[in-house]
Amino acid sequence: MSRRTRTAIFLPALAGFAALLLWAYVGLPDFGHYKGPYGFVLDRVATPERHTTNVVNATTYDYRGFDTLGEEFILFGAVTGVVLLLRAGGGGREEDVDDTAGSDLVRVFGVLGVSAVVLVGLWLVAFGFVTPGGGFQGGVALASGVVLLYLASSYRAWFGVGNQTVLDPVEGFGAGAYVVVGLAALVAGMPFLKNLLGPGIPGTLWSGGSAPFVNWAAGLEVAAANLILYSEFLQEYVVPLARRQA
Amino acid sequence: MILATLVPLQATALAVVALGAPAVVLSRDPLRMIVVNGLYGLALVLLFVVYGAPDVALSMLVVSTVAYPLVVLIAVTRVRGGKR
Repeated sequence: MSRRTRTAIFLPALAGFAALLLWAYVGLPDFGHYKGPYGFVLDRVATPERHTTNVVNATTYDYRGFDTLGEEFILFGAVTGVVLLLRAGGGGREEDVDDTAGSDLVRVFGVLGVSAVVLVGLWLVAFGFVTPGGGFQGGVALASGVVLLYLASSYRAWFGVGNQTVLDPVEGFGAGAYVVVGLAALVAGMPFLKNLLGPGIPGTLWSGGSAPFVNWAAGLEVAAANLILYSEFLQEYVVPLARRQA
Repeated sequence: MILATLVPLQATALAVVALGAPAVVLSRDPLRMIVVNGLYGLALVLLFVVYGAPDVALSMLVVSTVAYPLVVLIAVTRVRGGKR
């Protein structure tokens, strides 16, 4: 297809798309004029009922915890797919690859950064239902802390955490624990994932009922799933490097 | 009082996002695109913060600056045959 034909097809399509987009945007409710009952109901109900001060987290991990369970298993399935495609059969010796960061400055500040990022990750998971955060954000932050460990030191340091013996059980535990919290409510004679613990004191870790457990389960699952994903991809990069060094 | 400082901030954030999106699309080199996309993600984080959505901002922050660049970076390396 010549450039001219392509442009001739592209330009009307672009104009049509832009018109539709503009039409849709003009019809949107104004900022702050949300139309729908649930946001207002949850906004009023969540803190008195569950004593969680972060209503967003109460929505995702409590009132709509079932949706989040589904999302968690989407991630689980996606990572399983990556592992099936990329995980090498024979155990290579790629952990012997020597790629230590050359600069002392990078190493020192990198290690400081690792502790800071991991701390932020733990805080996001632990306090997700009190202040902004939650299992997902905290989990990805934890995983990035471990990535920083690779960047600041070496593949060998990363491999201490980033290997399947450590990560696969953690991922399975996180995904399973979420379901177990849900089943506990069933055993107690309530609907699946119903918050069955007492609300506690608002604004503290001792609040939210089941929410902390669900957050930690999701945090572990997300952190491990991300690290498995990175480790499979990193192997693709490191194995040829090791082969060249050998 | 708060509104007086917030509206210019929101306008600035919107402008940065509006400039950032074409910058991502117009970067031809994949490596440059990864970096520009990370910066664009940070602009979105800023936008979400000034519009009062810290939870969304945190999700955007961790995904756009770590998870996505890392996966794309390694995929690009793999496609290029392991050359740095």
